[in-house]
Amino acid sequence: MRGTLTVKGAALLIWALLLFAPFLFQDVRQIEVAARIAIFIVLVASYDLLIGYTGIVSFAHTMFFGMGAYGVAIALKQMGPGWTPVLLGSAAGVAVALVLAVGIGLLSLRVKAIFFAMITLAAASVVLVLATQFSQFTGGDDGMTYRTPDLFKPATKLLVDAEGKVLSIAGVKMNGKIAAYYFVFVISAVLFWAMLRITGSPLGTVLKAIRENEARAEGIGYRVVAYRTAVFCIAAGTAALAGATYAVWLKYTGPQTALSFSIMIDILLMVVIGGMGTMWGAVIGATLMVLAQYYLRDLMEVAAGATANIPLLPELLNPERWLLWLGVIFILLVYFFPSGIAGTIIQKGDKA
Amino acid sequence: MSLLSIQNLSVSIGQYAVLHDVSLKVPQGGVFVLLGRNGAGKTTTLRAIMGLWQPSPGSIRFDGEDITSLHTSDIAKRGIAYVPENMGIFGGLTVAENMVLATANGTYDPQRLDWVYGLLPALKTFWDKPAGALSGGQKQMLSVARAIIEPRKLILVDEPTKGLAPSIIDAMAEGFREISAETTILLVEQNFAFARSLGRDMGVIEDGQIVHTGTMEAFAADAALQDRLLSLSAEGAA
Repeated sequence: MRGTLTVKGAALLIWALLLFAPFLFQDVRQIEVAARIAIFIVLVASYDLLIGYTGIVSFAHTMFFGMGAYGVAIALKQMGPGWTPVLLGSAAGVAVALVLAVGIGLLSLRVKAIFFAMITLAAASVVLVLATQFSQFTGGDDGMTYRTPDLFKPATKLLVDAEGKVLSIAGVKMNGKIAAYYFVFVISAVLFWAMLRITGSPLGTVLKAIRENEARAEGIGYRVVAYRTAVFCIAAGTAALAGATYAVWLKYTGPQTALSFSIMIDILLMVVIGGMGTMWGAVIGATLMVLAQYYLRDLMEVAAGATANIPLLPELLNPERWLLWLGVIFILLVYFFPSGIAGTIIQKGDKA
Repeated sequence: MSLLSIQNLSVSIGQYAVLHDVSLKVPQGGVFVLLGRNGAGKTTTLRAIMGLWQPSPGSIRFDGEDITSLHTSDIAKRGIAYVPENMGIFGGLTVAENMVLATANGTYDPQRLDWVYGLLPALKTFWDKPAGALSGGQKQMLSVARAIIEPRKLILVDEPTKGLAPSIIDAMAEGFREISAETTILLVEQNFAFARSLGRDMGVIEDGQIVHTGTMEAFAADAALQDRLLSLSAEGAA
């Protein structure tokens, strides 16, 4: 149990840091990173339900994320700021994601894994093209900026002091920015908790059984296609909700932030780094990867500066080469943590 | 009335016709043993009952209902459990998780679980361990335990003694005897001594056809018949 406790402890510590992030990290960029981590934890955990728990390889997860994001973005753009467009847009995004997930699931979850993966890839490509082509609704390649509910305006006073000015707690102003961060945090935490409940429930056990041996699961009476379709829908709906939340946070939605394949690759890397089929691994994987994306360049700049007098090294450590180093880190992680960080710690710790 | 009735069942797997015109009636209660040599069609018969192979043609009636074209999950819901030959357990899941999978709503009746523990004590010891770490006999017991964790009307058991030590086989026979007091068992077996100790009624399948049915008592007493159908007289007498 030692390994499991270590991983849970680390993941809970990350959640605790996210909970107090506005008080611990007051820089705008740091809050941006914290919100992105919270959203990506949900996105990665919902993808882990597919790939880690059920053994379904899909490349359409970003597509579902994008549907939620575009739902909210289009609604806010067309209807103006307010809660009604946020709710309607989220509901529409989730509904479209669910319909598409049921369609793809029922039509193609019977086929072999590789064909299913190809079908999801095709669907995601079509949606990406549609989003850029229907520019009158989606803003095309440029995407859309829009205003969110007044509660999230930086000028909004959540709490006021005796003089009617915005109240500061521990040096942090209780304004709309705080409200927006906690909007993201609470939704992410609730969605993550819901997925934890799913994996701990009998449904989670059935999913693991299907991953291990479909024929045996069928033999003891489980309709594998129905379960696979159901989990595909749950993951799609959750990704769409994460997308809708992210759209409210960013106040911008475009192909690069909501539909691009580089997000899909990020999700895959985060699942693999964290550890497939562990759920807690999603927290660790998403955190490390987002931190690396934001801070590896800074770190390399410092390292390049420190090694300025040594030949060759500053060239190698040039911040422009951060992707190269991210690749090296990824290879090392896979080598030393073959089952992902959480997976390997759980295996080794529980054996000891 | 028989609990399970198979009428003119034929099954083809790919281009091979495995069962031809099989008809069989399994009465309510006790153990019905289906004997036969390797490749005779015993496992295919069980898999066809579970809906894992589709008959072409033929019909299977269970408890007064035609279940021929039902999905496996619906057949299982009617009260038929299947203990496959290769144990069919999930090695990466714990013993407890394997058991949860066999329940209708993810919970067990504690008294029933105690009864299962009584029959198969090893389960209690390994409850939280991965099922893949169990020995062959323990895996087989887990497979049986899964079939009986909830009351069923019929349990299909495929060669439970295969590869097991004699002492484990004796314990298993005792377990099946107790289970058969509440549930009908359709047992496919090559170990004639084990089958004889449990069976009340029996049938022999050969090249995909039923070639003999009757009581186990009469079959066990007829060495010539055993020799003709199974070439087992020496083992049977042992």
